[in-house]
Amino acid sequence: MDWQALALTLKLAAITTAILLCIAVPLAAWLTLGRSRWRVIAEALTGLPLVLPPTVLGFYLLVLLGPRTGLGRAITTMLGHPLAFSFEGLVVGSVIYSLPFAVQPIVAGFAAIDGSLIDAARLLGAGPIRLVRTVLVPLAGRSLLTAAILSFLHTLGEFGVVLMLGGDIPGATRTLSIVLFNQVEGFDYSAANHTAATLLLFCILALTLVYARPKNLLGGPLRTSPGKDHAGGRHD
Amino acid sequence: MPEAAMIELQLKAARDSFHLNIECTLAAPWTVIFGPSGAGKSTLLRLIAGLDRLNKPDSGRISVHGQYVADTRTGLHIPPGKRSIGLVAQQSALFPHLNVAANVAYGIANRIANRIANMDRDARQQRVSSMLELVGASHLADRSPRALSGGEAQRISLARALAPMPQLLLLDEPMSALDAEARDEVLTRLQTWLLEQKIQTVLVTHDAADALATAAEVAVLREGKLAALGPASIVLADERNRLLVRLNSDGAFTTIV
Repeated sequence: MDWQALALTLKLAAITTAILLCIAVPLAAWLTLGRSRWRVIAEALTGLPLVLPPTVLGFYLLVLLGPRTGLGRAITTMLGHPLAFSFEGLVVGSVIYSLPFAVQPIVAGFAAIDGSLIDAARLLGAGPIRLVRTVLVPLAGRSLLTAAILSFLHTLGEFGVVLMLGGDIPGATRTLSIVLFNQVEGFDYSAANHTAATLLLFCILALTLVYARPKNLLGGPLRTSPGKDHAGGRHD
Repeated sequence: MPEAAMIELQLKAARDSFHLNIECTLAAPWTVIFGPSGAGKSTLLRLIAGLDRLNKPDSGRISVHGQYVADTRTGLHIPPGKRSIGLVAQQSALFPHLNVAANVAYGIANRIANRIANMDRDARQQRVSSMLELVGASHLADRSPRALSGGEAQRISLARALAPMPQLLLLDEPMSALDAEARDEVLTRLQTWLLEQKIQTVLVTHDAADALATAAEVAVLREGKLAALGPASIVLADERNRLLVRLNSDGAFTTIV
């Protein structure tokens, strides 16, 4: 087992997930509640990594972040090294690559929230930030959990972007899926089996958590209409 | 200049099922908008509150208490939270993750809220308990909204809308889940209190009995247009007679309902 690669992979997935949640919550709120005509385009762009070959994304990021572009050169001057072929570069690539896995569950969660609650909060003076913080996020807890787990798993297993953008540098950009590829290429099937089984087990466990939908763990979108009361006919 | 202490409406707005075409001034402290379902009553309230926007093909302007809150010519749209308007809809829309007291405090817990800036903790708690008392729900303060009956939820929703002391209160069939007796009790107490506090109230209903129960100015809305505006006894004379006829033959009344 390549412990260094395992640690690096988990670190990459954790950092990516944290950054993604910070980006995805406001982005999803804007996609759900905003009125801008740019929303459609933004939504399409957000979903793009779902269908784009990872190698395409990796290639363009490699070019964009490399010494060929102004942005790449500026980043190199700022950091002292280019983003491509570094851990930070992998984080950038992973965030973009896993973006839809974070945004889409949260959009679904926010959209499922009863609009009358959002109206009520706005009437009571809540601006967008307070609305997100006190109504949307607490009521979409389960969606946030799903988004976090999916982002984490998707980053864990990414291969194309990592290979294109990261190269294969032990301790910096060599993740488990690259290790697995190397092991297979070297006909070390026993080691490859260990690596693959680790990834497989991890994914099954985490997905079980998503599908178990622990009802009382974080709340979740709830129906708020007092329907049961009408049915029960209870009046005060 | 729009006049203080009244609502001026000048609206032409197309919605899915009807055209709103209204020009009127609501000046009474308690106005009832009466009309059948689908006449545009709720949309009118949402437009006044700012939850529904006057957009391009629509035209018109709305002023509340001397201040324009929406005007299609200038593109003005003051956000709902800055209009000092409370709205209680049919759906109580209580935040399910907050208890009753926290729900009532929501509109005053915001430091930036326009009229009650820098309200301290004690004053907030004081306000919450007095609002709960007003709607007869002091004993529910620690409950979760999920544990409330429909009628209880509507009372809390009312307390929540009133806590920030809005200048204008909009009620959209707000007591539909209360039984008649409780409704009369709450309405009477509420009306007295609102008059005392000088909070202008516009209540929407499709129930003629509701409109007649409270001495009020009545605006009749039909198919998006204002059909009449005046004292209840005059505007709703026909409705009243009809109700009386039904009450007189009370055997028939129970079978109809």
